[in-house]
Amino acid sequence: MLSSGLGLRSVAQKRSFGLSVLTTAMASLMFSENNRLASKMESGKLHYEDSNSRFDKMLTEATFKRRAPEYPSHVPLYNVEKFMMFVGSGIGAYFHPERNEFIVGLGESTAIKPVLRRLQKQMLSDPVGRQILKERPRMTSTSLDLDYLKSLPPNTIGNTYVKWLEKEGVSPDTRVPVRYIDDAELAYIYQRYRECHDFYHSITGLPIIIEGEIAVKVFEFMNIGMPMSGLGALFAPFHLKKHQMERLYSIYYPWAIKCGLNSKPLINVYWENILEEDLDVFRKKMCIEQPPDLRAMRKLYFAAKKAAKN
Amino acid sequence: MLSRTLLRMGRQRPAAMLPSFARSYASSSNKKDDTTHFGYRTVNTEDKEKLVRGVFSLVASNYDVMNDAMSFGVHRLWKHHFINRLDAGMRPGALKPLDFLDVAGGTGDIAFGLLDHASKNFGDVSSTMTVADINPDMLAEGKVRYEASKWNDGSNRVTFLEQNGETMDAIPDASKDVYTIAFGIRNFTNIQAGLNTAYRVLRPGGVFACLEFSHVDNPVVDYAYQAYSFGLLPLMGQLIANDRDSYQYLVESIRRFPKQDDFSSMIKKAGFYVPEPGYENLTFGVASIHIGVKL
Repeated sequence: MLSSGLGLRSVAQKRSFGLSVLTTAMASLMFSENNRLASKMESGKLHYEDSNSRFDKMLTEATFKRRAPEYPSHVPLYNVEKFMMFVGSGIGAYFHPERNEFIVGLGESTAIKPVLRRLQKQMLSDPVGRQILKERPRMTSTSLDLDYLKSLPPNTIGNTYVKWLEKEGVSPDTRVPVRYIDDAELAYIYQRYRECHDFYHSITGLPIIIEGEIAVKVFEFMNIGMPMSGLGALFAPFHLKKHQMERLYSIYYPWAIKCGLNSKPLINVYWENILEEDLDVFRKKMCIEQPPDLRAMRKLYFAAKKAAKN
Repeated sequence: MLSRTLLRMGRQRPAAMLPSFARSYASSSNKKDDTTHFGYRTVNTEDKEKLVRGVFSLVASNYDVMNDAMSFGVHRLWKHHFINRLDAGMRPGALKPLDFLDVAGGTGDIAFGLLDHASKNFGDVSSTMTVADINPDMLAEGKVRYEASKWNDGSNRVTFLEQNGETMDAIPDASKDVYTIAFGIRNFTNIQAGLNTAYRVLRPGGVFACLEFSHVDNPVVDYAYQAYSFGLLPLMGQLIANDRDSYQYLVESIRRFPKQDDFSSMIKKAGFYVPEPGYENLTFGVASIHIGVKL
């Protein structure tokens, strides 16, 4: 018997020894060099190299690789790239604030994680905010039925919004989708902020001229805290004429700062559900005051100037 | 927007999902089901032409501004060197003028550069120039430039044709003396077909000259080049031209282009004689000039 030949070896060890020898022998026969090459030849990978597979190899050889995107339009940028985007779009936005690509670039590069996380916490600690994050409503030109809004009574939010759109001559165009913010939920929060911008205009009545935009930006910054609006509030007035700056600094900045800080968080407003609400009730609830009508003030100023000349 | 067009057109057809051997049994027309690369994406072969046309329609209006911004003006040096090396023009005392063909030359910078060189160096004012491009918007830019240039002097030497470089139906066989293509051939769906067509339209003794982005051998330079092209170029496209996707496609298509030796072999396969050393690298291989002669 083998046991006598191998001394004190147990039966179990003997059995596993035999099994391992058998396995090794079988495997070395099945996976020998010739057999492996034969399998490769059978599956067509040995002799024939198609150009597509060569291009695929080239692809994996690339030294520059991006992380996988987290949502459909996502472009995961490295921090260096985000910084370069900030610098480039910052310079561009200062000299050409009317060009959308600079505002988009500046906004997304300055909306850093701490800012968005704070907003996320703010939304999660409010029941309506939680509902918004769960349902993730998007404002498209189809989701807001403009004809229905026009039919609403005059002092409702929806009707005010539509009237403001017509007065300023703009449409609720689809805002550019967010691309450079990592993390899908934070990207949604930023997208929501971008899409609600027109509502902030309409409930305060501020027009789309540069003074109005700056006033809304200050209001937004005090309430929501997006760095881009703060940068706009700081640097944008340098482009303005003296009378515009005076008006802004004396009336609209104090209003925006006071109102933005006093009012409840605007990011937690589910606009689509309150379109039929009365505007004054809403403003009282949110502690928002109406600023003086900017277009009317400008008219008065230009009329006074003309009168003074004559 | 480009991304929406890409999403609509870049859908994989179900047959393309099958493994390769099953695909040949699954459909009658195998050719149509083949897929090819569009940058790093995989698209149907028949869609690639439309997608490329879409990209160039988007970039046509600031094409030259973007070229200058992206290469810091170096592309002008490349193109000058390309034209000087070709040194094409009807020599004084020659009997027949030359027929130039500039393919994918929409905005016309190579075309006008060639005519300039010929007239300055050889006093050639009778050679003809045909500018062919698959994209009508690029061609329109070229026509605008032509109208404003000095070549628009009534001699009608310059013609603009909207042609697909792989077939070029409007250009008869053996009718051209010089075929140039600068930064265009990487966008062809079937590069070999483009080379074969180039062979067809050239007369014996005609020269095929291609200036194209190529591969950098030096790994240090390559790393810097890739970081630049994938990091900065799409950002420039986003900020200057408001179009990140087209420039992302452009840098990806550069990676997908065959290496210098492979491309030389493709030129040889089309029937050209490729004089040694086969290609000339410019700027470490960022761009490269390939020349072939039809004997």
